[in-house]
This record gives sequence, structure tokens and C-alpha cells, in this order.
Amino acid sequence: MKRLFPILSVLTAVLLAYALYEALLVAPTDAQQGDVYRIIYYHVPSAWTAFLLFFINFIASIQYLASAKPSTKTAAKWIVIAIGVVGVIACFLPQVQHLLPKGMRPSAVATTVLAIPAFYFLIGKFFPGERLDMLALTSAEVGVVFCTIVLVTGPIWARPVWGIWWAPGDIRLTSTLVLWLIYVSYLVLRRFSNSAQTQMLAAALAVFGALDVPLVYFSIWFFRTQHPQPVIGGGGSMDPRMLQVLLISWMAFLCFAFLVCWSRFRLEVLRREIEEAHAMESLVGTGEAPSKASLPLSRSSR
Amino acid sequence: MNSLWAVTLATMVKDIRLEWRSKDALNSMLFFSLLVVVIFMFSFDPLAEESRHIVGGLVWVGFLFASVTALNQTWARELRNQVLDAYRVSPAPDNALFLAKALGNFIFVSVLEALMTPLFVIFYNVRVLGPAWQLLPIAILGTWALVVNGTFFAAMSLRTRSREIMLPLLLFPISIPAVVSMVAGTTAILTGEESAHFYIVLLLTYDVVFTTACLALFGMILHAE
Amino acid sequence: MNAMKFLLAAYIATWVIHGVYLGTLVRRFSRLRQQVKELKGSGFRRSAPGFPPQV
Repeated sequence: MKRLFPILSVLTAVLLAYALYEALLVAPTDAQQGDVYRIIYYHVPSAWTAFLLFFINFIASIQYLASAKPSTKTAAKWIVIAIGVVGVIACFLPQVQHLLPKGMRPSAVATTVLAIPAFYFLIGKFFPGERLDMLALTSAEVGVVFCTIVLVTGPIWARPVWGIWWAPGDIRLTSTLVLWLIYVSYLVLRRFSNSAQTQMLAAALAVFGALDVPLVYFSIWFFRTQHPQPVIGGGGSMDPRMLQVLLISWMAFLCFAFLVCWSRFRLEVLRREIEEAHAMESLVGTGEAPSKASLPLSRSSR
Repeated sequence: MNSLWAVTLATMVKDIRLEWRSKDALNSMLFFSLLVVVIFMFSFDPLAEESRHIVGGLVWVGFLFASVTALNQTWARELRNQVLDAYRVSPAPDNALFLAKALGNFIFVSVLEALMTPLFVIFYNVRVLGPAWQLLPIAILGTWALVVNGTFFAAMSLRTRSREIMLPLLLFPISIPAVVSMVAGTTAILTGEESAHFYIVLLLTYDVVFTTACLALFGMILHAE
Repeated sequence: MNAMKFLLAAYIATWVIHGVYLGTLVRRFSRLRQQVKELKGSGFRRSAPGFPPQV
């Protein structure tokens, strides 16, 4: 690993420690929940990080599927641009603004919609070909780790505050559980599949999962309106000082997630190179000059 | 379009005829479905006050397990006789095979459901307090939701180790919104306490979205080695 | 005080999960490095030359 990694690791550790300090000592105590609410500074940033990683996996999977044929690749490119353009314009139309939940500013939604083509093209540029699939695997795995933390800290938070570990109508936690299940099944498929097209199959599953998520959200949302249940984590607005600490905490975890992803990605690169070397070995079979079939450990031009 | 439906129909008829001739698989699945209902009857007290509220859930969980046994053998015959390879090189449209299998599974699972339902009605003394006719769209849309994804994931699991466990592992998480809708909708109709409209619409949306996705991606699955 | 137990549990659980995952990464890395050493050591020389390739 380059010199950059250890430096970033130290910086991230410092940032995490600072975030912890802010979370425990600087942030004000909650009027209703007391000090227990500080779990939020680990629970929510982990959730946001997990969702971001799953989003990256979704974009990478779509791109991987689309890049199979040049026609689909171009089609996907234009569809993504169209989504960006239409989405941004729609946010400023009065009819659409009526549909937005209260408190959401149209510019915020527009920026989020713009994230789709932005991520699509950035990912396509920096992760060509096989690296796209490696990114998908990396983001899925690290996403599951962060999602596990959300599902563990959620009930730990709920118990002292609401007296219950779990509420099936809690739309956020339940949706997160389904998302976790989908991505664990994605990882299992990758591990158990012995097809040459494993990566394509996994990408297809990721797309199915992404299509599923809004449906999950709506089904639980309606169920909840019929059977009102407590929402763990609370809704409503937040004290700006708390929000500030929350964002600091999120930044720290994002840096941490970035480093973990980088490591996992490097691991995958190494693993595939070794696999190729093994395959070459069994193929070549004779005493070839090592220089030709030597281990390509340095950055290859793939 | 003509060729698509012609091939689909022909494949379906062939499947049904083959299945009918060797009734082993059919019979064991029927018996399994019966066992599921009986186990539920012993585990969840039918005489309890709240039984009407949970019957909807029990029925659909029972259907879910029964349909998994049916789905697992979807492609078994094709694998045994290398039919899949023959299909891959034939000019017949890929989607025709998928539709044939999905529709065949739909009929098969519907038969299982038709046999399990009277048992549930008898054991749990089910009386429908809401609009009973709405149970039909829920049954049809719900069964299709399970079958369309199940057929697709069964094909996906063909190239995996532990094929039989892979199918439910992939199917269950994705099916959660459909299951929630089916159960909540059925409960709503049985108890008459709320309207099932939203759930029927959600099931319809689910079916449209995933049927499209399956049809779009099946070609790739079929040609996977 | 009882509530603080939950706060502590949540924070510890978070880092335990991260630690376990990072541990698996380290383990996988070292295993791969071992394989790299083996590959480099053996080179590509085979005991029996020619076709079919002896695995």
C-alpha cells in the first residue's frame, strides 16, 4: 500500500476520536431521552453510510449489466442523463412540489436526484471493466457491515427509550432489515455461485433488490398507518447543535468507510491476480521463462 | 408476438402432460402442503380469540413453503436431460421458456393453494367478515408475485452449490413487500376491519415491476454457464 | 445509570463488529500473501513438460 494509506488511517482515527468526544461531551443532553440518545451519533451515520454504499453498489451493478452490449451501454447512459435532467426540472414544478414531504426543500431533492448521473459517470470513469464488479462487491460487503451495526444499535437504543426491542411497524428499521437481508443474499449468491457469469447474476440480483426497496417502504408505511407504532429514533426537527455533531460523526465514519472499502478493494484486486496466475500456471504447464508469465503484482493496464 | 405465445403454450402443455404422467413429485408436494397446515393447526391455537387476525399470515406462510417445494423442481427436468442447452441454441425466444415455466408454476401452486385453503377454513373456522370477492385478486396477484420471482431465482440457483436452499434464500427477502401486502390484505378482508385496496394496488405494482424485470433479464440467466 | 449501560453497549457493539470485519480482511490478506510467496517460489516450472498440461 502506498504511503497515503497509513497517513489517512491516522487522520481518520483522530477524526473518529474527535467525533466521539463531540458526541459524548459536547452535544447537549436530550430533554426526553437523557444521555441514551447519544447512540444516535453511531446509529444514524452508520445508516447513512450503509445506504450510500448500497447506492454505489446499485449504480455499479446497473452499469456492469449495461456494459455487456454497446447498445445497452449507450441506452443506459442516455437514460441516466434523462433522469438527471427531468428530475432536476421536476423539482421546481409546483405540481411536483406539492408531493414532496413537508420540510424537504426542492433544491435538496434536486441535488439528490443529480447524484444519480453524477455517481454513474464518476464510477464509470474511475472503475472501468472488471473493476466495476469489484466495486460492486466491495460496496456490498462493507455496506452489510455498516447495516449490521444499524440493526444492532437500533434495538439497543429502542429498549431503554421505548421499552421494546423491536416494532414491526417501525418503517425505518424494518426497511433497513429487508435491505440487509437482500444484500446478505447477494453476498451468499456470489460465494455459492460457480457460474462463469456469477458477476452478471449478482448484478441482476442487486437490480432486483433496488427495485424492491421502494415497495418495501410503501408496504410497511401503509401497514403502519393502520397500526400506529412507535418510531425508534424519533422524527421531527433536531437541535442544530445535535445536527452539527451528527454531521461531524458522519464525516468521520465516511472516512473510515472509505479506508475499509479501499482495503477490501485492494484485497479483491490481489485475489483476482492470484487466481489468474493460478489459471495461467495450469494452462502453461511447461517451464516457460518466468519473465513472460510472471506474477503481475504491479498495476496492470486492464 | 405470435411465436412467443405459441412456443409458450406448447412448452406449458408439454410440462403439464409430463407432470401429469409421473405424479410422484405432485403427490409428495400435495402431502407436504397438507402437513404444513396440520403443523400450523397444532402450533397456533385455532380456538384462540385472535386466531382470525393471524389466519391470513398462516395461510400465506403455508403457501410460501408449499410453493418453494414446487419452484425447486422447476428446472430439474430440463437439467436432467440437457434440455436447457437445446433450448439455448434453438431460435425460440428466451422469454417463451420463462413464461411457460412461470405459468406452469402458477397453475401448479394454485392447485396446492386450492387444496390447502379448505383445510385452513375447516381447522380455523374461517368466516370472512369483509368483501370476500377481494380475496380472489389478492390470491391471483400474490401467487403470481411468488411464482414469477421464484421461477427466475430457481433459474439463477441452477449454477450454485446448495441449489435447494439458494432459492428460498434469494426469494424470501425480495418477496417481503409482496408477503406483507398479501398477509395484511387477507387479514383486512377476513376481519373486515380495514380496506384491502391499497394492498391490492401494491401487489399489482409489485407484479408489474418484477414481471418486467424478470422478462428483461431472463435471457442473460438462461445463457449463463 | 441503567440507560448508560445501553449507550456503552451500543458503542462497544459498533467497534466489535468493525473489528471483526477488519480482522477477516487482515486474515484474508495474509493468506493471499502466503499464496503469492508460493507462486513466486515455484515459478512456472513443471515436473513433466509438454501437452497435455499436467495439473
